Amino acid sequence: MLDYGSGNLRSAERALRRVGAEVEVTADHRAALDCDGLVVPGVGAFAACMAGLNAVRGGRIIGERLAGGRPVLGICVGMQILFERGVEHGIEAEGCGEWPGTVERLHAEVLPHMGWNTVRAPEGTGLFAGLGPEERFYFVHSYGVRKWELVPDSRLAAPLVTWAEHGEPFVAAVENGPLCATQFHPEKSGDAGAQLLRNWLNGL
Amino acid sequence: MPVSVRVIPCLDVDRGRVVKGVNFTDLVDAGDPVALAAAYDAEGADELTFLDVTASSGDRETTYDVVRRTAEQVFIPLTVGGGVRAPEDVDRLLRAGADKVSVNTAAIARPELLRECSQRFGAQCIVLSVDARRVPADGQPTASGFEVTTHGGRRGTGIDAVEWAARGQELGVGEILLNSMDADGTKAGFDLDLITRVRAVVDVPLIASGGAGQVDHFPPAVAAGADAVLAASVFHFGTLRISEVKDGLRASGAVIR
Repeated sequence: MLDYGSGNLRSAERALRRVGAEVEVTADHRAALDCDGLVVPGVGAFAACMAGLNAVRGGRIIGERLAGGRPVLGICVGMQILFERGVEHGIEAEGCGEWPGTVERLHAEVLPHMGWNTVRAPEGTGLFAGLGPEERFYFVHSYGVRKWELVPDSRLAAPLVTWAEHGEPFVAAVENGPLCATQFHPEKSGDAGAQLLRNWLNGL
Repeated sequence: MPVSVRVIPCLDVDRGRVVKGVNFTDLVDAGDPVALAAAYDAEGADELTFLDVTASSGDRETTYDVVRRTAEQVFIPLTVGGGVRAPEDVDRLLRAGADKVSVNTAAIARPELLRECSQRFGAQCIVLSVDARRVPADGQPTASGFEVTTHGGRRGTGIDAVEWAARGQELGVGEILLNSMDADGTKAGFDLDLITRVRAVVDVPLIASGGAGQVDHFPPAVAAGADAVLAASVFHFGTLRISEVKDGLRASGAVIR
């Protein structure tokens, strides 16, 4: 688990241990490259997370892992920073750019989107295997990806995009080869979240 | 399907043990917080709240330990409040394993504390807890007729409770925990007027608290605008089960996990 000064890493660490993973919380470049799977957590503001990530050269670690086909899982703002850019309070910050698209404020009556919501996972999902459409996951965020902008390319396997809705549809999870991410917090989503983490671990 | 209405049991923790008093003055020991938290999780609680009522800051270490041990075992969100005076207190609670921290009295004395915490830790983990009551006959009138109290509802501040909630949102909190000190401990139902008035001025999530005594009390609180409902003694003295409350809400048309 990449330690770049972003909030409560312990919950995610404990939840992963609960489903059988050995977890090391580290910012060490070598350790982050060598592990079977790298989790990139994140809470708070997009720009602050990017600053923290840049300080440990996290974007480069993620990029090097992906170039080698090595799994990475982004959680919450750890998912958001994988996109091209984030706009919060009118300030634009550059993301890792693994996917095109913008993280921006959701349009909803009540924000943050805080609580348990359902998601629509696509056919063939591995992350949500064994998890029906009635399952709920814990979200807490005001910003999200409202438009999936990656242009389909027939030569590449299309990423699996899972959507949720709060006022409007937004991206709740992405499965794209070695790169997976969830906007919600699987580590706080009880048994459903544990199942999702187990699914991810099983794919490593 | 929209986000579901959260049902939240609140555990009042004093020196590592759970207590809950009627109107906060008559405390009765009701068990081990970690065991209760795990039991509530198993029963389907959507979130947990610990309110640290430990008087002496010297005994506060036990609270961090309880938070730590709870977070080891329980994989739903945990909010901790009580005695939070500075960003450092928030930091310690988050590090111990809290997902959100609620701030109450210290913000009344110094509202900027809310902005500082929100900026440093993110709005999503800062909750403003408002202990509100109807202004008594001998009190200083407010525009809404409700005022913020301190000292477990015993002392009025003359600050309009509805305006204070709106101010909290302006200062960056991500959620409002609205406690009716009039209804608290009465088991006569939530203060729906208070909920309606605060809902009208805030668009962050609103947790209604105080007065729950039976299953029928919960749906009107949601209809009045609460995104989540919180109760303490009815849950841990076994008067109501979490599942009963959820069934009641579901029957009223609310979306439930």
